[in-house]
Amino acid sequence: MQFALLIYESPEAFAARKSDGTDAYTGAWRAYHKALEKAGVFVGGDPLEGPETGTTIRIKDGKRGVQDGPYADTKEQLGGFTILELPSLDAALEWAARCPAASSGAVEVRLLDPQTKHRITG
Amino acid sequence: MSGSDDEKVHPTIERVARESYGRLVAYLSVHTHDLGAAEDALSEALLKALTAWPRDGVPQNAEAWLLTTARHSIIDAVRHQRVVSVSEPTLQLLQENTMETNFSTEFPDERLKLLFVCAHPAIDPAMHTPLMLQTVLGLDAARIAGAFLISPKTMGQRLVRAKTKIRDGGIRFEIPEPRDLQERLDAVLDAIYAAFGIGWDDLIGVEGRGRELAEEAIWLARVLLQLMPNEAEVCGLLALMLHWEARRAARRGHNGRYVPLSEQDPKLWSLPLIEEAERHLAVGSKYGRPGRFQLEAAIQSVHAERGRSGRTEWTAIVGFYEQLNRISPTIGRRTGYAAALAEMNRTEQGLAVLDAVDQDAVSAYQPYWAVRAHLLQLLGKGPEAQQAYDRAIGLAEDPAVREFLLQKRV
Repeated sequence: MQFALLIYESPEAFAARKSDGTDAYTGAWRAYHKALEKAGVFVGGDPLEGPETGTTIRIKDGKRGVQDGPYADTKEQLGGFTILELPSLDAALEWAARCPAASSGAVEVRLLDPQTKHRITG
Repeated sequence: MSGSDDEKVHPTIERVARESYGRLVAYLSVHTHDLGAAEDALSEALLKALTAWPRDGVPQNAEAWLLTTARHSIIDAVRHQRVVSVSEPTLQLLQENTMETNFSTEFPDERLKLLFVCAHPAIDPAMHTPLMLQTVLGLDAARIAGAFLISPKTMGQRLVRAKTKIRDGGIRFEIPEPRDLQERLDAVLDAIYAAFGIGWDDLIGVEGRGRELAEEAIWLARVLLQLMPNEAEVCGLLALMLHWEARRAARRGHNGRYVPLSEQDPKLWSLPLIEEAERHLAVGSKYGRPGRFQLEAAIQSVHAERGRSGRTEWTAIVGFYEQLNRISPTIGRRTGYAAALAEMNRTEQGLAVLDAVDQDAVSAYQPYWAVRAHLLQLLGKGPEAQQAYDRAIGLAEDPAVREFLLQKRV
């Protein structure tokens, strides 16, 4: 089964990215990534640029609405995602708990939906 | 009802609920085997107490009041269901109701049977601890789920499934026969220890996520000791957990910094808890039946001795680990053994112990990597140590431990 870990990060966590990579948060991420790879569960994933750089678009009644910033205005924002191959939700939650963002922000675990993907991609 | 009455009654209800919950659930379910119904009836009785006690005063025998009320609620439930064929044991329970006055002061403590049911071999071992926490201590599924890192909905479903199996699967509420007793008791001890959440001891250990349940685990072990006062391993388990608990305040420094055991200030350890642990360990050793928990507790006892002598007798610790590894060489114990060898300047030998562990088995076991990194660093193997630190940091769940290891890595 493949799970997505949706990484919600605090403003402090986003700020840490501006450093040269020697900060503790980035170091923890490097170690976490290595542990995922060594355990053979890492499928893919990427960090996202900060929420202030986002642009949200929606079309309502034929009218285009464009908004600066993220979809939802919350303190913690989606900062990236990681896809893992694991046998169960229990295992996914174990790995989510080890994610450096879990202790400063939040990590949401979701199963990927291959059936819907198949209906869309054929 | 005045606010101040309410304030007095609520703690009383909480205390009675806490002290009597398991006794009442055990008594209400021992004949019917229906844990769910017993729990529902008891929650209803506790709800009624919330209104009745502030109004009428706390009854003299609060436990008997709850029992009577819970039984009425089971009877009501049976009537409402209009069940055609009520089971024989339920009927019996209902009939006993007519003789209510007889049991108003005393009823048998069936919690030991309940503990053995919770850790029955027919029940998924992963559910032994959650079942105990819920049925003996009355913890709700959401709290148990948090400690075990399982979604609350899933935990709720698994608990219901386990209880259905207990009700319908022919699992007997009984003390096991002597020939099965040791094995069955081991399962009970393991389940209690799992609630404690610390599976190993160390230099660079992690506090398990179950730490919030530590007090509950100690409570369960005390109940078990009260029910089985002559079992050496029960003494050992309680002693082990008390030793750990004694060091709680010393495990964190300024700003929540992680402090490994070797750097802890013994003045911060709780002397009463250490003394209590030592008493249980001494009682247990009189039976002349050493076992896993007594040996683990003995190791912690040697560490506690540093509070008096100022030094740690690593030779004794290594000896206890060797005995433990002859009984059951878990990954945690082999890791602890390796760390202890390094303390005696037998670091190469410690590393050899770690090398012999199957790498697949430790791909997600944090303490192994933390100790491995430490040993490699001691041996001056920089690049390999860094690799191992990365694994340990990446697998750490506790941010304080992560921070500690990041600093050691440099």
